[in-house]
Amino acid sequence: MIGGLFIYNHKGEVLISRVYRDDIGRNAVDAFRVNVIHARQQVRSPVTNIARTSFFHVKRSNIWLAAVTKQNVNAAMVFEFLYKMCDVMTAYFGKISEENIKNNFVLIYELLDEILDFGYPQNSETGALKTFITQQGIKSQLQTKEEQSQITSQVTGQIGWRREGIKYRRNELFLDVLESVNLLMSPQGQVLSAHVSGRVVMKSYLSGMPECKFGMNDKIVIDKQGKGGTTDEAGKSELGGSSGKQSIAIDDCTFHQCVRLSKFDSERSISFIPPDGEYELMRYRTTKDIILPFRVIPLVREVGRTKLEVKVVIKSNFKPSLLAQKIEVRIPTPLNTSGVQVICMKGKAKYKASENAIVWKIKRMAGMKESQISAEIELLPTNDKKKWARPPISMNFEVPFAPSGLKVRYLKVFEPKLNYSDHDVIKWVRYIGRSGIYETRC
Amino acid sequence: MTDSKYFTTTKKGEIFELKAELNSDKKEKKKEAVKKVIASMTVGKDVSALFPDVVNCMQTDNLELKKLVYLYLMNYAKSQPDMAIMAVNTFVKDCEDPNPLIRALAVRTMGCIRVDKITEYLCEPLRKCLKDEDPYVRKTAAVCVAKLHDINAQLVEDQGFLDTLKDLISDSNPMVVANAVAALSEIAESHPNSNLLDLNPQTINKLLTALNECTEWGQIFILDCLANYTPRDDRESQSICERVTPRLSHANSAVVLSAVKVLMKFMEMLPKDLDYYGTLLKKLAPPLVTLLSAEPELQYVALRNINLIVQKRPEILKHEMKVFFVKYNDPIYVKLEKLDIMIRLASQANIAQVLAELKEYATEVDVDFVRKAVRAIGRCAIKVEQSAERCVSTLLDLIQTKVNYVVQEAIVVIKDIFRKYPNKYESVIATLCENLDSLDEPEARAAMIWIVGEYAERIDNADELLESFLEGFHDESTQVQLQLLTAIVKLFLKKPTETQELVQQVLSLATQDSDNPDLRDRGYIYWRLLSTDPVAAKEVVLAEKPLISEETDLIEPTLLDELICHIGTLASVYHKPPSAFVEGGRGVQHKRLPARAGSGESAESPDVGQAVSAVSDAPPAVIPSQGDLLGDLLNLDLAPPTSNVPPVPSSMQMGAMDLLGGGLDSLMGDESETSASHYRTEVQSPQPPECSERELGGDVGGSPAMGVSLGGAPVGMPAGLGAAPAVGGGLGDLFDLGGGVGVTAGSYIPPKTVWLPAMKAKGLEISGTFARRSGVIHMDLSFTNKAMSVMTDFAIQFNKNSFGLAPAGPLQVLTPLSPNQTVDVSLPLSTTGPVMKMEPLNNLQVAVKNNIDVFYFSCQYPISLLFVEDGKMDRQVFLATWKDIPSENEAQFQIKDCHLNSDAASNKLQGSNIFTVAKRTVDTQDMLYQSVKLTNGIWMLAELRIQTGNPNSTLSVKCRAPEVSQYVYQCYELILRN
Repeated sequence: MIGGLFIYNHKGEVLISRVYRDDIGRNAVDAFRVNVIHARQQVRSPVTNIARTSFFHVKRSNIWLAAVTKQNVNAAMVFEFLYKMCDVMTAYFGKISEENIKNNFVLIYELLDEILDFGYPQNSETGALKTFITQQGIKSQLQTKEEQSQITSQVTGQIGWRREGIKYRRNELFLDVLESVNLLMSPQGQVLSAHVSGRVVMKSYLSGMPECKFGMNDKIVIDKQGKGGTTDEAGKSELGGSSGKQSIAIDDCTFHQCVRLSKFDSERSISFIPPDGEYELMRYRTTKDIILPFRVIPLVREVGRTKLEVKVVIKSNFKPSLLAQKIEVRIPTPLNTSGVQVICMKGKAKYKASENAIVWKIKRMAGMKESQISAEIELLPTNDKKKWARPPISMNFEVPFAPSGLKVRYLKVFEPKLNYSDHDVIKWVRYIGRSGIYETRC
Repeated sequence: MTDSKYFTTTKKGEIFELKAELNSDKKEKKKEAVKKVIASMTVGKDVSALFPDVVNCMQTDNLELKKLVYLYLMNYAKSQPDMAIMAVNTFVKDCEDPNPLIRALAVRTMGCIRVDKITEYLCEPLRKCLKDEDPYVRKTAAVCVAKLHDINAQLVEDQGFLDTLKDLISDSNPMVVANAVAALSEIAESHPNSNLLDLNPQTINKLLTALNECTEWGQIFILDCLANYTPRDDRESQSICERVTPRLSHANSAVVLSAVKVLMKFMEMLPKDLDYYGTLLKKLAPPLVTLLSAEPELQYVALRNINLIVQKRPEILKHEMKVFFVKYNDPIYVKLEKLDIMIRLASQANIAQVLAELKEYATEVDVDFVRKAVRAIGRCAIKVEQSAERCVSTLLDLIQTKVNYVVQEAIVVIKDIFRKYPNKYESVIATLCENLDSLDEPEARAAMIWIVGEYAERIDNADELLESFLEGFHDESTQVQLQLLTAIVKLFLKKPTETQELVQQVLSLATQDSDNPDLRDRGYIYWRLLSTDPVAAKEVVLAEKPLISEETDLIEPTLLDELICHIGTLASVYHKPPSAFVEGGRGVQHKRLPARAGSGESAESPDVGQAVSAVSDAPPAVIPSQGDLLGDLLNLDLAPPTSNVPPVPSSMQMGAMDLLGGGLDSLMGDESETSASHYRTEVQSPQPPECSERELGGDVGGSPAMGVSLGGAPVGMPAGLGAAPAVGGGLGDLFDLGGGVGVTAGSYIPPKTVWLPAMKAKGLEISGTFARRSGVIHMDLSFTNKAMSVMTDFAIQFNKNSFGLAPAGPLQVLTPLSPNQTVDVSLPLSTTGPVMKMEPLNNLQVAVKNNIDVFYFSCQYPISLLFVEDGKMDRQVFLATWKDIPSENEAQFQIKDCHLNSDAASNKLQGSNIFTVAKRTVDTQDMLYQSVKLTNGIWMLAELRIQTGNPNSTLSVKCRAPEVSQYVYQCYELILRN
């Protein structure tokens, strides 16, 4: 198991050092600094073995988190834990920075003591942790016996992510369907690979211990219902937005630990008791019938050895009534670029020498439109034999629909003990499609 | 709240100031002071001097302060054990606190204080906490048992904590169960043979129930533990798989990977024709693909594991090629791994796409990545025959870019393509030659030289090209030198008239001016061949090469199986077994996949059946009658009488010069006249039939394995099998084999090596070896006194070891050992000592005592030491046993560079008690069936395949204790090569 956990600043100074196992000594702290942080070459692997000691590291801004072990630990678990550790710290004191870590080092030690015991990760749900690890320092005498046992049962219990006795005057929930659409296209416009990775993020402000059921236009479920011939109420689109009987094929999905996986496996129904506040209910991935919101058509021509002509056309491919926002096209330029002249019909374009790219920004663009940029790039003559690698043209944007076609069909809330019903809950749904890695080779 | 100020105090006298503050009456000031202490501790300052003052602050109702003091205690208690005891009372009191959080905190911290005196006090509170009413305390106590076990294992056993821990598996709280499982698994790892984690269907059921309810981390502990269980039959295996599959949808990648591990392992037991098997295969792909959208570090872990999975079960991901396409922004470690998997998944169906991608990658920035991409193109060509042409043209395009490292890499892979598809793509050679000057890496140079040598007849200026390399011969790396030597000899054999000078030059460079033994030996061998028998030389040097295999970098199957059992862990990331990077005994026992032991009707799995029939297909092997042997012999070109060998002066250098002169001159002349082999054959044919078998064996042994018509050059000559005298002492001298003459076949005794250097043992140096002489194992030791004073009172002891080796008598060093004196002792050993499995198996830990001190060292003995004299199995019994041992116990090895024919090998092996039960010959391949018995009664069956003319033989070992196989192989290699 994890033998020790260290946090360093960008210079390699130790900010936090917590050793859990006897086989990890102080020299491990230095070994990592010398061999990884101060290494001359860029790190080639997130796992490093130095003198039979393995170091797992992740970097957040310029802070290094390293878990150390001498055993054959579960590597995936160690990285998951490090990410979780970052989440917990962020939830407590915001951005992970040297300043914040130094300011909260006592708190961090307290957290590390709680969420990692002898190197074994323990309950690390922020919701539960915040009930008894507070920045003020816990007043052990002030808690009543019930409170104490409530805390411990929550920390160890089946529903470790939610405490009892939550009350809201207004029961409300927000569902965000956030998708990032990824594309790799050949210069000829052939889709080399495309997929959508989506997340359903839920913000719940619900009283008591509500039992929830979530439904979407999952092909498997819809087909099953179609065959059965029964059109139960769930079939009706309750939250609006779903159009007709379109369904999508989900390649794979994963769920927050509150979702009963065995039930999903057997009935493909998503039921759970949600954590309070914001959390990620599920992640999913689709590859079929993706709506690609933009098409990029590049044209690069080398005019002699010192000039390059670039023309890029973008076409929006969605309903004309919808608006895409924050559109940015990034056209890479060679390293020996000496000057660039740009002409664009819409938006603003600039050559950014420090980034070796022409950045073209458009604030808004409606569906089924087309826009174009052309540029002349002057090159310095070089005797470098190596050809320019021509990195792909990448694109960023945000659209108000889900490129995968996913629709929320319902989210039902049952709270048997308290007297509010599903109809009293105010529900909001929003779809946002963003570009992931959206690249066209040129 | 700006605690950062604590990090900045670096003035002198700080400790005194802190001391004063710690003893302050004001609570706030105290707390501030402790924080400063912890901050100093974090940055590595020694604040242990404040121990009593900090411990004084422990008695407080402020939990935050208490935790800080505890943190300090955990760090420094070990260095101040006497003071640490001061804290015990507070701990014990806290364990009784009404607040469960405090009870748990106390027991958690106490376990982290590794001081014997404290652990004694820990037992009572821990016992109470294990039975605490609050689950939070119980789950903390469960982990504490593992902590205590790490400090004092005996104490944990004596106090009965293990039983309590086992009871916790049935606890009502899932988190308690999970932690208990984690603790038990860890304790069980350090006791590989204990039955601590007694996994039976009932406990498994409990674990599976808890799996649905506990935290993500708990699920990982439980799944990792489940993976160690071996279901009784395929039904149980299926039912566990069914309950584990829902975990594949968990958001935590580690849960997913651990579930994959369980499924991959248990799948092994399912019959392949079962519907469920197919369903399971289909269910595995999507979650594996999803792992690739995780954070890059996790992607890396996932990709390393997927690499294993596609090797084990390629069918799972065969349609998912696209997801492994490299993204421009992927970190380099992700890119390299993706590339590896792309090649593994490449097939005829997707090769066009893959090639297009690879070509794209070859223009990227990162040098390592580009090289790997180029290499990948070559591998595609070799793997998918239909794509070879496309690959070659892609590689040519890349060569045209003139990017130095791309060109070099391309040439290295083109060499492999030539090997795989001879006489198909030679048209590109001209392009390659154009780039000769830009090659600066040894591997590329060697590849280019190989190509020139191999196709010398088609390259007009081959001699010029090779000559240009020859100028800086001594500055080249060994790899290039060897290749250059061979290439020039090839060239000479193809175009003898023009290149005589060149070959003479390279031979003298290799033999006279080089001190690299490999190079020198190869030089001599060629020299000898060329001078005595150019026809033979042609057959040897220009022999048809075996085709190279498709996948050169596959993980060896047994290792792969072991790594599959470690999916998700570091072992799977490193692609090494845990023993390679974990110190000590913890967690290094080898895991293996469960065997298919189906229930009821499915018992006869296809694989097993096939293996059995393959064996029984072989007709009962018969040792050929003498007549057959003679018949065979007549076809062989045997070593001629001495008179035919050119006179060889005993001095090596001189001899070499002469040889070349004579040899080359005669080569220029009429070939048939000097070609001694023809002549010899005639002389040889009337081999007297009454020749004794003993001599026959010897003669056969004398014929080197390098080629049938090799004639007398005793290149791979085994020493001392009676043939040496017939060949002539001069040659024997030349090849430094003379020593072997006259030694009768006996077991191979490795030379003595230094086991204990004088540096480590206060001037005593011990070197030694092992030998088996007339059925008794001996340890031959040399003691050398390199110290200034006399050594006396020697004694020796062994630690428990795998085969119970123990001294049969006391160590006989009678006279005192004076400085600079050496004494040789032979210590007889018995195999009746205490047995304990060692890692490696043949490791022996020895303690030697003298009047100065006790010294410890460890050494490894060849396992052939344990081969007993009555190890010859009856032929029928052999056959039955071979069939009886399941095929997964069979291990295959390659013995390289063994220039013995089967009879010589058999003789040699018999000297070490490896007995040939039967021999069979198919075409040019001899198969020896051999048996070995170990001192502890284990039988080992082996099949040794020797192909005439091929220096590499194949060894298959079957044994009920398969872990021994590898060591048996080592012995074979040792014996046959020496």
